[in-house]
Amino acid sequence: MKMSAFALRNTKEILRDKLNLAFGLGFPIIVLLLLSAIQANIPVELFAIDHLTPGICVFGLSFISLFSGMLIAKDRTSSFMLRLYISPMKSSDFILGYTLPLLPMAMMQIIICIIAAMALGLSINTNILLTIVVLIPAAILFIAIGLLCGSIFNEKQVSGICGALLTNLAAWLSGTWFDLDLIGGTFKTIANLLPFYHAVEAGRAAMSGSFDMIIPHLLWVIGYGAAIMGFAVYAFAKKAKSDNK
Amino acid sequence: MIAIKTDNLTKKFKNTTAVDNLNLEINQNELFALLGVNGAGKTTTIKMLSCLINPTEGDAFVFDISISKEPNKVKPLMNVSPQETAVAPNLTVKENLELIGGIYGMDKKAASEKAQNMINLFGLEEIQNNRAKILSGGYQRRLSIAMALISEPKLLFLDEPTLGLDVLARRELWKVIKNLKKDITIILTTHYLEEAVALSDRIGIMVKGKLKIVGTAEKIIQTMNTDNFEDAFIAISEDIGEKA
Repeated sequence: MKMSAFALRNTKEILRDKLNLAFGLGFPIIVLLLLSAIQANIPVELFAIDHLTPGICVFGLSFISLFSGMLIAKDRTSSFMLRLYISPMKSSDFILGYTLPLLPMAMMQIIICIIAAMALGLSINTNILLTIVVLIPAAILFIAIGLLCGSIFNEKQVSGICGALLTNLAAWLSGTWFDLDLIGGTFKTIANLLPFYHAVEAGRAAMSGSFDMIIPHLLWVIGYGAAIMGFAVYAFAKKAKSDNK
Repeated sequence: MIAIKTDNLTKKFKNTTAVDNLNLEINQNELFALLGVNGAGKTTTIKMLSCLINPTEGDAFVFDISISKEPNKVKPLMNVSPQETAVAPNLTVKENLELIGGIYGMDKKAASEKAQNMINLFGLEEIQNNRAKILSGGYQRRLSIAMALISEPKLLFLDEPTLGLDVLARRELWKVIKNLKKDITIILTTHYLEEAVALSDRIGIMVKGKLKIVGTAEKIIQTMNTDNFEDAFIAISEDIGEKA
């Protein structure tokens, strides 16, 4: 009950912030439309709708990090959090209460992106459902990044780190905007060592029906997601103690 | 019955002793004002009593339950109205109240009923569907205290409850607090000395982490041989400050 009451509050707080919501949902769709328009005039395989859609879905998820990070950072610096710390809520109630409302929002964002892609010509088949499932670990990864940033940084820092740095990292190092092989070298190595490229590739593999390629990429995403969630839980608990000193 | 008993309660931060061997007893349904200048140790004391931080030495007992050993049993017994207004800004008045009800374990129906009771008790009917962030300072404070009471705590911490309010809003809130003190143990911290005198049964004054005097306002005035409470407070705070 404690956790669900808190989760409901977080859902309302996020959904009632219209600007964030419009930006989070609207911006990825605008990018999708823009790149599809480029593809229509100058055909590039990278921007073909079935290739582009998983990348845009992953890019859109970086806004979920921004939502979660901002909410936690804002809470942490307010007296409202003091009230919650004094309440019988446990660390698990806090973490689940922040995470659970964001998961359906992330899924909704992916689904809206895919519906927009369908309107732009994405062929409708069962692989789309698989793609949605394959992108769940990526959604959890981005939620965890938001939890971690919100636990460590203040509101202003979160908006810079999640709003600017993460969205750019997730875009450039994911192979969505350009083929990583075109740059190669250290850039490609770094992209390969980070989870964003693997999240996009897992989505692309699911979308194209290359099932054997899904798991190797997904393991990177799951590994990063689990590690960052672990760090986030630790950072939240540690910060909760130091915030109260 | 004793609501709070502290036993050499001490908190040290590196080289600073914020609270130094505090021994204090507060009776059930008493309104106890804890006063002191900034840095006297009031906030640290409240944070220990509300299980936010652990004591370095000593212990405190809330209704005979140790804050160090059994904080999970102590927490459901208490609630707090923090100094700054502690509300969820995008939630309505009723939703804020229901949230705290849920966090303290009420089911949806019970939380809704209790929220409505609080709305009636605190005169929040007209603004119950307004979001907290657009409320006036006075209404936000009322909501903040109502949120602290919805869990029916046996012990309530009121931290600067009227800070920043105009004189009418302050007097309104005083009435609310006076009504509460019949059924609940309240620890009040405030910098408004007249507020402590008007509302509390007993007052404790802390200076540099030590509790220097405890008694009714009249008793403290008498002990310090001053004309009024403010002079007594200054005499205690300055005297000790000079000696320290």
